[in-house]
Amino acid sequence: MTMMTASEDNAAKSAKRFSVDFKTLGPALALLILCIIGFLLNPAFVSEGNLTNLLTRSAFIGIIAVGATFVITAGGIDLSVGSMAAAISGVMIMNNAVETLGTGVPTVLLGCGLAILLGIGAGWINGALTTKGKIEAFIVTLGTMGIYRSLVTYFADGGTLSLNFEIRGTYRPVYYDSFLGLPFPVWVFIGVAICGWLLLNRTAFGRYCTAIGSNEAVAKYSAINVDRVKTLTYVIQGLCVSFATIIYVPRLGSASASTGVLWELEAIAAVIIGGTVLKGGYGRIGGTILGALILTTIGNILNFTDVISNYLNGTMQGLIIIVAVLLQRSDWKLGKSGKS
Amino acid sequence: MSVKTSASAAIIEAVNISKSFGPVPVLFSVSMDVREGEVHALIGENGAGKSTLMKILSGFHDPTSGQIRLDGRQTALPPNGAAEKLGIVLIHQELNLAEQMTVEENVFLGREKRSNGFLDRAAMRHNVQKYLDEIGLDIAPTDRISDLTIAQKQMVEIVKAVSRNARILIMDEPTAVLTEEETEVFFRQVQKLKESGVGIVFVSHKLNEVKAIADRVTILRDGQWIDTRPSQDLTPDTMAQMMVGRELSDLYPPMNEADVDAELVLEVKNLRAPGIDTVSFGLRKGEILGFSGLIGSGRTAVFEAICGLTPIESGEIKLFGRDTGPMTVAQARDVGLAYLTKDRKEKGLLLDKKMRPNLTLFALPKFVRKFSIDRKAEDDALARAIRRFDVRARDADIVVGKLSGGNQQKLLLAKIMECDPKIVIIDEPTRGIDVGTKQQIYHFIAALAAEGVSVVVISSEMPEIIGICHRVVVMREGHITGILTGDHINENEIMRYAAGLKREELL
Repeated sequence: MTMMTASEDNAAKSAKRFSVDFKTLGPALALLILCIIGFLLNPAFVSEGNLTNLLTRSAFIGIIAVGATFVITAGGIDLSVGSMAAAISGVMIMNNAVETLGTGVPTVLLGCGLAILLGIGAGWINGALTTKGKIEAFIVTLGTMGIYRSLVTYFADGGTLSLNFEIRGTYRPVYYDSFLGLPFPVWVFIGVAICGWLLLNRTAFGRYCTAIGSNEAVAKYSAINVDRVKTLTYVIQGLCVSFATIIYVPRLGSASASTGVLWELEAIAAVIIGGTVLKGGYGRIGGTILGALILTTIGNILNFTDVISNYLNGTMQGLIIIVAVLLQRSDWKLGKSGKS
Repeated sequence: MSVKTSASAAIIEAVNISKSFGPVPVLFSVSMDVREGEVHALIGENGAGKSTLMKILSGFHDPTSGQIRLDGRQTALPPNGAAEKLGIVLIHQELNLAEQMTVEENVFLGREKRSNGFLDRAAMRHNVQKYLDEIGLDIAPTDRISDLTIAQKQMVEIVKAVSRNARILIMDEPTAVLTEEETEVFFRQVQKLKESGVGIVFVSHKLNEVKAIADRVTILRDGQWIDTRPSQDLTPDTMAQMMVGRELSDLYPPMNEADVDAELVLEVKNLRAPGIDTVSFGLRKGEILGFSGLIGSGRTAVFEAICGLTPIESGEIKLFGRDTGPMTVAQARDVGLAYLTKDRKEKGLLLDKKMRPNLTLFALPKFVRKFSIDRKAEDDALARAIRRFDVRARDADIVVGKLSGGNQQKLLLAKIMECDPKIVIIDEPTRGIDVGTKQQIYHFIAALAAEGVSVVVISSEMPEIIGICHRVVVMREGHITGILTGDHINENEIMRYAAGLKREELL
């Protein structure tokens, strides 16, 4: 009996070591397996055109998810990002400067600047209500989610806002053109990802986010301005939403009540698949990016094959999320039994 | 090793128990038995293996080798608290109650009485009331747990255990968070339980209490069984010696005379804040100033207000001769004022993080070079802190929650000292830690003062206040009732001020 307990202990220990590795590599492995499946089902999956398309599409969710990683790591949640994106694109499209500035670059730049200000402002509102107003982040952003969404419906008078045709010409390259073989949205994605990674892993601010998510009281007693750091995470989230919106608007050139629907859930899903802990205190930007790629890849593969209906995209994404969290969960448990 | 037990009465016996976590052995062939109606104290330094032994006795851990005998028969205890069904109940230090539920609901949690498919509240309430009356606890079955004091919560845990027909009650430092009065009440309950035949195992670092309540004492050191003796054969001093394995004559460092003319580094005048009323005092350079008083007398509140953790209503704070308005915690840190919390698990350390981020969290701006954290500097700081404070960890990558209490406290001290404060406030410097570590901390405090740092020690343990402080401020109900110096610093005098029997007219 005693021998058995000893070997069980060893098994638990080696399993723990294995799953720690698995946890870091998990999302990367999952993405690799998905790509192999994609290739086996249809070799065209790895064509340059498809891969570029895949990266471009994951850029929106990816950029937003980078922001969400900060919010979630600091123990918050932001449900309003999809609606925020819709509201910002609505305002961008309504940009009335065409008459004064013409349909050239200045108008587009003005729109982009406006988008960034709006993103920061909307994020700040979420942050301030959470920290100064002392309302649960879930409730605050559930509220602003409804507000931002209805604003775009109101702007569009229940219909669709469309971009001025000539501006569309000027603005189009932001989504469709490439630099060094990669489309612009991918470059923005890469830029945001690198900045996000540096910010979370290399700066005092990132460390503060982690500390707050891990234990807010300890953070307070450690001379951290908890309210300011938390508010800033929402501002970063808002900024990320405005970047995503800026590259998204030229894609369709329109905004309506259905713009950005469920983006918040996809962003949160990407963060969770990537290994960030939903209750905070532990964030991974690299994982988030892989998470965003995994989500887009699933949709892409379903488009490529008839094995599973494309309409089951949500089912597949949902399954992946649940499996990812289950894997993390068993890992936590092993960690705990290792302690005891 | 043959184990001699008075076989008839031993309910549970641990025989030659060894336990390793992976490659790390923590218990070496330890034996212990608990008899009917006895209080058996388990003492030892932090990391001696007390918690592990308790968890093995209650089935939360399996021994790596050795046997558990229940009523003389070898038994494999069921895991995860299922041993409760066998009458073995472990009461954790972190109490295991549903805060938002009532006493009655907690006591019957998981085995509610039903009639016709509905909860039989009346019967349960009646039952709980009976237990409460028996134990002499003045609360109602319908009280919410979150409204109770810690001592009352502990009693509820005990009622819960008794209602489950516990034969063995294992308690991990039940008195650590109790005031003296509460401890007395607690001991009366323990006495009653004992008379009813329950065997009680209890862990405590308060050796006077062990002497007072225990029938037998088992001493562990570094995972080894040292001795089991009737408590009348032991004194607190001999217990302490057996725990650490050496003489502890110099628990308190020799006291340097305080320089009464040293400059005032901190002057507080008529401070009012939540929980405190018109508090005034001064602190000199290189002085160790004690803050004594009952729990809840406002000692902590004073310094939380000064350090910017709670808002100040009115009053004047002068640091190094300069008036400071209300400060944030970061501003206080930057002028050299640091507060070390008494609540190291909830407010002091990030238990799920490693030592490095914990160590540098308070002084993090110091480690920032070109907008990013200098990891090399952090690693150097950790190596320095481990040396300076003698932090002992199995490996440097261990999460802080797995360190023993003493090592956590040393790490917390290191964290606060990382910003090189000129004034340190240490709240309950030795709560829940062993004698050896206590001694190290006292010597460290004395050394700090000798270097010219001013130290405030807030403590409910009178001996340490008396042993290390130059002056003692006594508080009661949010007011300062007396400031003692020299020979006046003794238990009697402090108690009289703390209890409100005596009061100095302060300017």
